[in-house]
Amino acid sequence: MASIPVTASRPQPTPSLLRRISTFFFKRPNLSLILMLIPSLLWLGVVYIGSLSSLLVQSFFYLDGFSGVVIREFSLQTYQSLFTPANIDIIIRTVVMAAFVTLTCAVLAFPLAYYMARYATYRIKGLLYLAVLLPLWSSYIVRVYTWKIILSQEGIITWFFNTLGLQWLLDGILSLPVIGGSSLSFSFLGMFLVFVYIWIPYMILPINTALERVPKSLIDASSDLGAKPGYTFRKVIFPLAFPGVVAGSIFTFSLTLGDYIIPGVIGNSSFFIGQAVFSQQGTAGNIPLAAAFTVVPIVIMGIYLTIAKRLGAFDAL
Amino acid sequence: MRSDTTERAPLALKIATGAALLFLHFPLLIVILYAFTTEEASFTFPPPGLTTQWFGEILNREDFWEALSLSLRVAAAATVIALILGTLTAAAIYRSKFFGREAFSLMVILPIALPGIVTGIALRSAIGLSGLGFTYWTIVIGHATFCVVTVYNNVIARLRRTSQSQIEASMDLGASTFQTFRYIILPNIATALLAGGMLAFALSFDEIIVTTFTAGQQQTLPIWIYSQLSRPRDRPVTNVAALFVIAATLIPILVAYRFTRDTVE
Repeated sequence: MASIPVTASRPQPTPSLLRRISTFFFKRPNLSLILMLIPSLLWLGVVYIGSLSSLLVQSFFYLDGFSGVVIREFSLQTYQSLFTPANIDIIIRTVVMAAFVTLTCAVLAFPLAYYMARYATYRIKGLLYLAVLLPLWSSYIVRVYTWKIILSQEGIITWFFNTLGLQWLLDGILSLPVIGGSSLSFSFLGMFLVFVYIWIPYMILPINTALERVPKSLIDASSDLGAKPGYTFRKVIFPLAFPGVVAGSIFTFSLTLGDYIIPGVIGNSSFFIGQAVFSQQGTAGNIPLAAAFTVVPIVIMGIYLTIAKRLGAFDAL
Repeated sequence: MRSDTTERAPLALKIATGAALLFLHFPLLIVILYAFTTEEASFTFPPPGLTTQWFGEILNREDFWEALSLSLRVAAAATVIALILGTLTAAAIYRSKFFGREAFSLMVILPIALPGIVTGIALRSAIGLSGLGFTYWTIVIGHATFCVVTVYNNVIARLRRTSQSQIEASMDLGASTFQTFRYIILPNIATALLAGGMLAFALSFDEIIVTTFTAGQQQTLPIWIYSQLSRPRDRPVTNVAALFVIAATLIPILVAYRFTRDTVE
C-alpha cells in the first residue's frame, strides 16, 4: 500500500443534514440517551407509575357511608374496613388456593422439564418447547371456557368416570366438604384444576432453564463417586434446579392471587381477592376499599419475592 | 445439563411427561370438537352429532365481528407503541450505564410482574380521575403498558448476542449513526423485533383482566367471549368463536417460534 493520500488541501463537501444530525448526537451521548429514554419514561413512569401511586393514595381516602361519596382526606378508615372477618376470609382463601396451585404445578411440571433437559434429543426438545408454548400463548379466556365444557355435569369428565363405572368415586369426591360442590364446575376442586392448567407453563419453563444449566460433569462426578441415580437426583440435580422451581412459583402464585375471571366462571360464589377488588370498584363504587384490597397482593408478593431472592430464584429467571 | 447422552429415560418419567403433555393439550382438542357439535343447550359429551352449521351462523353476528375488529385495531396500535418504546429502552439500557438503570428495567417489567388486576384498577382510577372517559385509546394505553416488556426482552437479548465490533467497524468506516442503524443494527435485531412484536400482538389480542377496567362499555373479543359465558342460548356460536380465537393466536406463535428458534438454543 502506498502512503495515505493527502486530502487536506482538497475542499471537504458539506455533510448532509442527516450526517450533521448524526454527528451532533454522536458527540452528545448523554443527550441521545435521554431522548431514547424519554418516551418510555413518559409512558411507563408517568402514566403507569403515576396511576399506581394515585391508587395507593386513594386507599387512604374513604367512602362516606351515607352519601356514597369518596372523601378525599387522609384516613386509615378504609384499612380498618379491609380487615373485617369476611374480607380476611377472602384473603386466606385466595392465598391457600394460590399455595396449593403452586405446589401442584411444581410437582406436575418437574418431570416434563426434567425430561426436556436431560433426555430429549435436540429435535424433540424443540417440539416440547412448542408444546409448552402453544397452550401458554393461546387465548386465556377460551381455555377457561373450555374447562367449563370439560367440568360440566354432562361433560367429558363425568362421561369418563361413568364409562369406567366409577361414578361413585366422582360423587364421593364431590360430596367432600370444602373442595366439593354440586358438580366439578361449581367446586373449589374444579377451580383448582383450572388454575393449575392455566398457569403450569409458567412453572415448566423456569424449571427447565435451571435444569439445562446443571453441568453434565457434576452428574458424571456424582456417579463416578458411586452415587446411585436416585441419590444423584436428590443431592445434586434437585438442589441445583430448586431456584427454578422458586422462580416458577413466583408466576403461579402471583397470577393466582390476582385472577378474578377463573373464580367467577368456575367455582361456587365465594369471593377471591380479584373479585373483591372488581366488585368494590364496580357496583359498590368504593374505589378506596378496592385500592386497599390491591395492596394485599402487592404486600404478599413483596414478602414472597424477598424470600424467593434469598433462595436464588432471580438467577434462574 | 446436556442431552447428548445415550441414557434412556426411566419409564415412570416418560409416563409423567406424557401425562403432562396430555393435560396441556386435550383442552385444545375439546375446543375443536365442540365447535362442530349439534347439541345447542348443554356441553354433552360425546357430542350427539357433528355439523358445520354454526360456522355460517357466526357470519351474521355483527357483535362478534365488531369485537374482533376492535381487538385487532387495539393490538395493532399497542404493538406499534410497544415496538418503539421497547426498542428504544432496550438500546438505551444495553449501550449505557446510567443512574437508575436497574430501576428503569424494573419499571418495564413491573406491568407483567404485578397481578393484572393491580394494573387494571390503577389505570381505571387514573382514567376516572382524569375525566377522559373510556375510549379506544384507553384500551391501547393499558395494553401498550404491558406489551413493551415483550419487545424489550427480545431486543435486549438479541443486542447482547450481537457483537459490538460490527457496530464499531461500521462507524470506523465512516457510516453515520443512522446508516449504522439501518445497515448493521436493524438487520441484526429484525427477527427479534418480529418475534417481540408478534408476542406483543398476541398478548394484547388475548388480554382480558386489564381490559375490563379500561374498556368501559366497549367489547374486545376476549370480553365478548366472557360476556357470552352468561348466555347459554348462544353456546354454539361461542364454541365456534373459541375455535376461531385459538386458530388466530396459534398462527403468530408458530411464526414467532420459527424466527426465534435459531437464537433460542
